[in-house]
Amino acid sequence: MTGRPFWKTCMPKLLVSLAAATAISSAAQAFEPESNDPIIIGTFNWSSAMINSEIAGIILQKLGYTVEYLPMDDSARYPGFEAGDATFALETWATTQKINLETSVATGKVLDLGETGMQAKEEWWYPIYMKEACPGLPNWEALKDPKCGEAFAAPETAPKGRYLSGPVDWGGGDVERVAALGLPFEVVNAGTDAGMFAELQAAYERKAPIMMWVYAPHWAPAKFEGEWVDFPDYEDACYTDPAWGGNPDATHDCGKPEGWIKKMGWAEGEKKWPCAYEVVRNFKMDNATIQPLIGAVDLDGKTVTEVAQGWVDANEAVWKPWAACAGL
Amino acid sequence: MALAETGRMGGMGWRVAPTQMALMAAVLALAASPVLAGMLPAALVDYPKQAVIGLAAFTGSWLTWLAREAAIGPLRIAEITRGLANVVEAPIALLNTLFAEGIQAGRGDQVRTVVPPLSWLAGIGLAALLAHMVGGRQAGPKLVALIVVGLLYIVLFGFWTDAMFTLTNVIISAVAAIALGIWIGTKAVTHPRIAAPVEGLMNVMQTVPVFSYLVPTLLFLGYGPSAALVATVIYALPPMVHATMLGLRGVPPEVVEFGRMAGASPRALFWKIRLPVALPQLAIGINQTIMACLNMVVIASMIGAGGLGFLVLTALRKLDIGGALQAGIAIVVLAVILDRLSLAAARLAASGTRIRSTGIPHGRLALGWFALASIAALLLPAFQSWPKELTLTTAPFWNGLVSWINIHWFEPLDAFRSFTLIHIMNPVKAYLLDLPWTLVIALVMLGGWMAGGARLGLTVGAMALFIAATGFWDPAVTSVYLVGLGTLLSLIIGLPFGYVVSRRQSWRDAASLVLDTLQTLPTLVYLLPAVMVFRNGDFSALVAIVSYAIAPAVRYSMHAFAGVPAERLELAAMVGASRWQTFKWVRLPAAFPTLLLGLNQTIMLAIAMLVITALVGTRDLGQQVFIALSRAKPGDGIIAGLCVAAIALIADMCLKAWARRAAARNGVEA
Repeated sequence: MTGRPFWKTCMPKLLVSLAAATAISSAAQAFEPESNDPIIIGTFNWSSAMINSEIAGIILQKLGYTVEYLPMDDSARYPGFEAGDATFALETWATTQKINLETSVATGKVLDLGETGMQAKEEWWYPIYMKEACPGLPNWEALKDPKCGEAFAAPETAPKGRYLSGPVDWGGGDVERVAALGLPFEVVNAGTDAGMFAELQAAYERKAPIMMWVYAPHWAPAKFEGEWVDFPDYEDACYTDPAWGGNPDATHDCGKPEGWIKKMGWAEGEKKWPCAYEVVRNFKMDNATIQPLIGAVDLDGKTVTEVAQGWVDANEAVWKPWAACAGL
Repeated sequence: MALAETGRMGGMGWRVAPTQMALMAAVLALAASPVLAGMLPAALVDYPKQAVIGLAAFTGSWLTWLAREAAIGPLRIAEITRGLANVVEAPIALLNTLFAEGIQAGRGDQVRTVVPPLSWLAGIGLAALLAHMVGGRQAGPKLVALIVVGLLYIVLFGFWTDAMFTLTNVIISAVAAIALGIWIGTKAVTHPRIAAPVEGLMNVMQTVPVFSYLVPTLLFLGYGPSAALVATVIYALPPMVHATMLGLRGVPPEVVEFGRMAGASPRALFWKIRLPVALPQLAIGINQTIMACLNMVVIASMIGAGGLGFLVLTALRKLDIGGALQAGIAIVVLAVILDRLSLAAARLAASGTRIRSTGIPHGRLALGWFALASIAALLLPAFQSWPKELTLTTAPFWNGLVSWINIHWFEPLDAFRSFTLIHIMNPVKAYLLDLPWTLVIALVMLGGWMAGGARLGLTVGAMALFIAATGFWDPAVTSVYLVGLGTLLSLIIGLPFGYVVSRRQSWRDAASLVLDTLQTLPTLVYLLPAVMVFRNGDFSALVAIVSYAIAPAVRYSMHAFAGVPAERLELAAMVGASRWQTFKWVRLPAAFPTLLLGLNQTIMLAIAMLVITALVGTRDLGQQVFIALSRAKPGDGIIAGLCVAAIALIADMCLKAWARRAAARNGVEA
């Protein structure tokens, strides 16, 4: 497609990666993996999870471990980890999976391998062109104006605004938030992540009104220009104590909490591959690093493997200390 | 009560008046329901929360106990089931090695492929030879062309390896479902006492949403291809069983008698006479089973099957609708190829022709081609796996098209949506949700009694009570509203269309292709563009249900009317019957049994779609199942799933009984 014969485009890359591979594998030769059984990394169908999984996988492979990837469902992954069908998962989001992870860790068969360092940010979000219709934004108090509500209305919610919340099972307390803060909005739930962003893309293309739940790290805030609504900062008391916050009679008179994104693993595997577990425990990533990598995959159409390999090659100084147990 | 009296009168053979009276009572009660709801005590209007049985919680903890602790002797049950799963996985692993993975050696980042899997060049040639072999002289060339074009699509768009993963999973599950289905169906026909329970069980299997048994399946079988296999077979088995039963029942007794007189052994009687005569019905069963297997590809990929399904999901997650469509079409290609190949093979087996009759040494040709292509692939890697740089893509075009429709057509489409939603769907939903649960159960019982007698009335009433008692009443009513509207629309559009199309073979072929596409193209692929225009909510859900459930409506109607014996039509023409008379007295009666199965399948598929409707933000039972999955509550998932099945069974049992009665009245054999 580039117009050049593919072997010409391929060969230099191939040579470079071969050279890199031999250089590193000679260094890694000193380390002997504790077991040659395959380490199975569970992957999920969103890009940051796939990128992080492959980065971890490539590093483990460099140490000599055999690595396989297993596509899993976000919520249905736990029986697989408890039984050892999968060894590691690089992303477990507090915002949706906190209870499931805690329940699973309580069985003693699953390990919490610590936070990745990425933070899930979630809040009401609108495209920047909506600021004209509701000039007080991003301050949440602007939304109290019925005219602002009307600016975000759909035929079936008019004159109230339509707020597109996440799938019901994400929770999020938006119905309570609307009531507590007295916002002229009706909460509508999307069914899936894909359905949510399909609506955003459609609205954005038409410059149509939309107010919805957007989270990061995700490609959407990178692709679409917009802002998060500025609600009163979340504190635990806000969700439990009505007296807290601007509305003395209601909980949820604040924004949404931010949440950790954790790594998890099969407990018994630590005896089998102690060093690999060490590496995954040490694995760190932050929003600023992952965001452009997500963009490279979702917006520029690069493959996950290319992006992950590129990061590993360029950041040896970052990940080599994670693998201290292998003597790197 | 008046009901009991009319019932007794019905028993005396005075038929018209009691049904009419009952109907009038029902209509009156429905019309007066808002008033009625005001007069009834609250507990009879909304099912009291305190009276909900904690069946879901109990099922959940029992399942967890069974999977984690229960043991037979020293072996835990989960260990036994996982052992079985490993056995099942062996053939899948073998096929994966042959077709997709090859054999690797080395470790870490030094892993290299030692023996490559089957190259695409070899694969296409072998598939074409196979097609020629089973297609014979007549159908062969067309089939070969179809297969070569289809597989080239998969190669050129860069899906070969993923398609092979999907293919191995689908082949094994389809073979398992077809074999098991014919076996169960045959047993049910030869042992009439188990026929009704088997049919009931099949309806439950087809309608309990996959997500509700996903977690239990994973608990017992582990993440991986075998769990995906079992989930697929559970879903794909019912159409095969139904079709086998229908087919074997339709074998004229004279034919069997003739065989018996000719001294055929029971085994020969079955294989050489009953099965070949039943073939047309079996063929549609095989088709539906294969379609169902491919329909599960996306869900199977969530629990470790990988392949094309995972590509679809990843593409959708980044809203690359064109990319998802391309991967989805690869799934359709596999479906069409498998379906046409298996049909040709079934026809070949039934006709009893020997394969050699074409005079071409297929075996030697295959070996030769395999050797040649493999050597070529070793020399030039592009023959092994198509280079990424040369991969075709049409994704930008589709993404552009979706955007174009969104920008230019949004207003009229949105006006249509808003009108339907505000003036039709929402009022119907609100009305149904406001009906007192006691009234609904009474009406369900009345309906059952009118259709099939007191026993049926009590059975369906009990099932409706199950829904109320387990605490899923409101989501269930929402489901009924969506499925009801969806089924109705599918039938109104589908049945006449099928009748029209049935007239010509070429129309039927074209329609079959469209229907196969509708049934196997992952729903989300076209649902997501629908969401872009119609937003999240009930309207998109209705679009999803109709686009899926219309396929069996058209297909069975087409099949039914095409299967009307030509002699009967000629006879009708000879006696000078008008078109309408021919339709009413010849075509419709002959088509009736198959139409009935079509009605059953339309309802079943509409209900099966509840799982997908949850993905566009409805508040129905599908959503309950989905929430249970994401909160890891297998008990809630299973009970909500059973409520879905209960709705399906109520509809199916009443319809069947009613149809039997209507058929008896018109002197048609149902």
